Amino acid sequence: MGEVIVITSGKGGVGKTTTTANIGTGLAALGYKVVMVDTDIGLRNLDVVMGLENRIVYDIVDVANGNCRLKQALIKDKRFENSFLLPAAQTKDKNAVSTSQMKELVGNLKQEFDYVIIDCPAGIEQGFKNAIAGAERAVVVTNPEVSAVRDADRIIGLLEAEQLHDPMLIINRLRPAMVKKGDMMNIFDSEDILAIKIIGVVPEDEAIVVSTNRGEPAVLDMTSKAGQAYRNIVKRISGEDVPLMNLEESDRFVDKLKKLIGIR
Amino acid sequence: MFDFINRMFGKESSNSKTVATERLRLVLVHDRANVSPHMLNALKEDLIRVISEYMEIDQAALEVNLNQEDNSVALVANIPVLKMKRNYASGAPSAAGGR
Repeated sequence: MGEVIVITSGKGGVGKTTTTANIGTGLAALGYKVVMVDTDIGLRNLDVVMGLENRIVYDIVDVANGNCRLKQALIKDKRFENSFLLPAAQTKDKNAVSTSQMKELVGNLKQEFDYVIIDCPAGIEQGFKNAIAGAERAVVVTNPEVSAVRDADRIIGLLEAEQLHDPMLIINRLRPAMVKKGDMMNIFDSEDILAIKIIGVVPEDEAIVVSTNRGEPAVLDMTSKAGQAYRNIVKRISGEDVPLMNLEESDRFVDKLKKLIGIR
Repeated sequence: MFDFINRMFGKESSNSKTVATERLRLVLVHDRANVSPHMLNALKEDLIRVISEYMEIDQAALEVNLNQEDNSVALVANIPVLKMKRNYASGAPSAAGGR
C-alpha cells in the first residue's frame, strides 16, 4: 500500500508542477515505484515539464469516465521504468472529475505504487478540493514573498479543515544574495510565520529554466544547486534525516574558482 | 532623507525583508480571524464564562472584535457590566471551576 502526497500552494506560479516532477522523479531514482498525477484539468503542464507530452493518448478524465482502463492512461517515463504519469485533460474543465471519482482513482493507484504524487491546480476551488481528496500527506510550496506566503497560510488552514495535518513546507526560489542583504525573507521568517515543518529550500536557479526547456527534471542534474536541494527533499520525504543545505554564496576567491571549474 | 541616510549605512529599518514580514504578520492576523468567525465566537463564550465568575454582564450586548490600526491589531471587547458580585471569595478557587 503506497502513500498519497499532494503538492499544493494556493498561489499560482510558485513552482508546484516543477516540484511535483522533481519529487516524483527523485523518488523513482531512489528505486520507488512512483506515479505523478496532474489534476490541473484544462491547464495541463506536468507532461511538458516531464518531457512526455508526445506520448499522451488517454487522460485522467477518460479514466474517471471509464473510457479507458487506468493502465492504458499511465505514461511510462523515458528515464525510469518505475515512474509513470497520469496526465490531466486539456480540453475539459476542473469539474470534469468529481471528488468521489478522484478518491476512487487515487485509491486504485495506491494499490500499485509506493508513492502517488498529486500536482494540485492553483486556487481553492473544486480543482483543489479534488486534488486533496485522496491525499494522506501534503506538501505546501511557497516563495519567500508576501503574497505567496499569505496564500500558503490560507491553504494550510484549508488542509487542516480537511484533516490533512502537519503539511510539509518547501520554500522555492530563494535568492541567497538577497537574503544576505536583508531584502528577502529567510527560511526562519517563513517557517515562523506559517508554523509548519520545513522540508526543503530550493534556491532560484537558472538550471531550472534549462531543465524545463529540455523536459528533464533538475533533480537528475548533479551539478545544479536546485537539483541538490530537490534530492535532499526527496530523501526527507522517504524518511531520511538530511540537514538543510547551506545556500550562502561564498565570497572566497578559491570557492568562486572552484565553482567556475565545476568542483563543489 | 533619514531613509536615505539609513540606507547608506545599511541600517536594519530600511530592509525590505523587515517590511515584508511585518506586513505579512498583520495581514495574517486578519486573514485567520476572517477564516474562522467561530474562533471569535468561541473566545466570546470563554470570556463570558470567566467574567461571569466575577460580575454579572449583559451577554447579549457583548462585543468582541479585532481592530486594525496602522501597524497593529488589537482585540477590542465591549462588555457591559450589570452587577458586581459581592460574595467573591478572594484566593479560594471559584465554585464554577475552570476548564
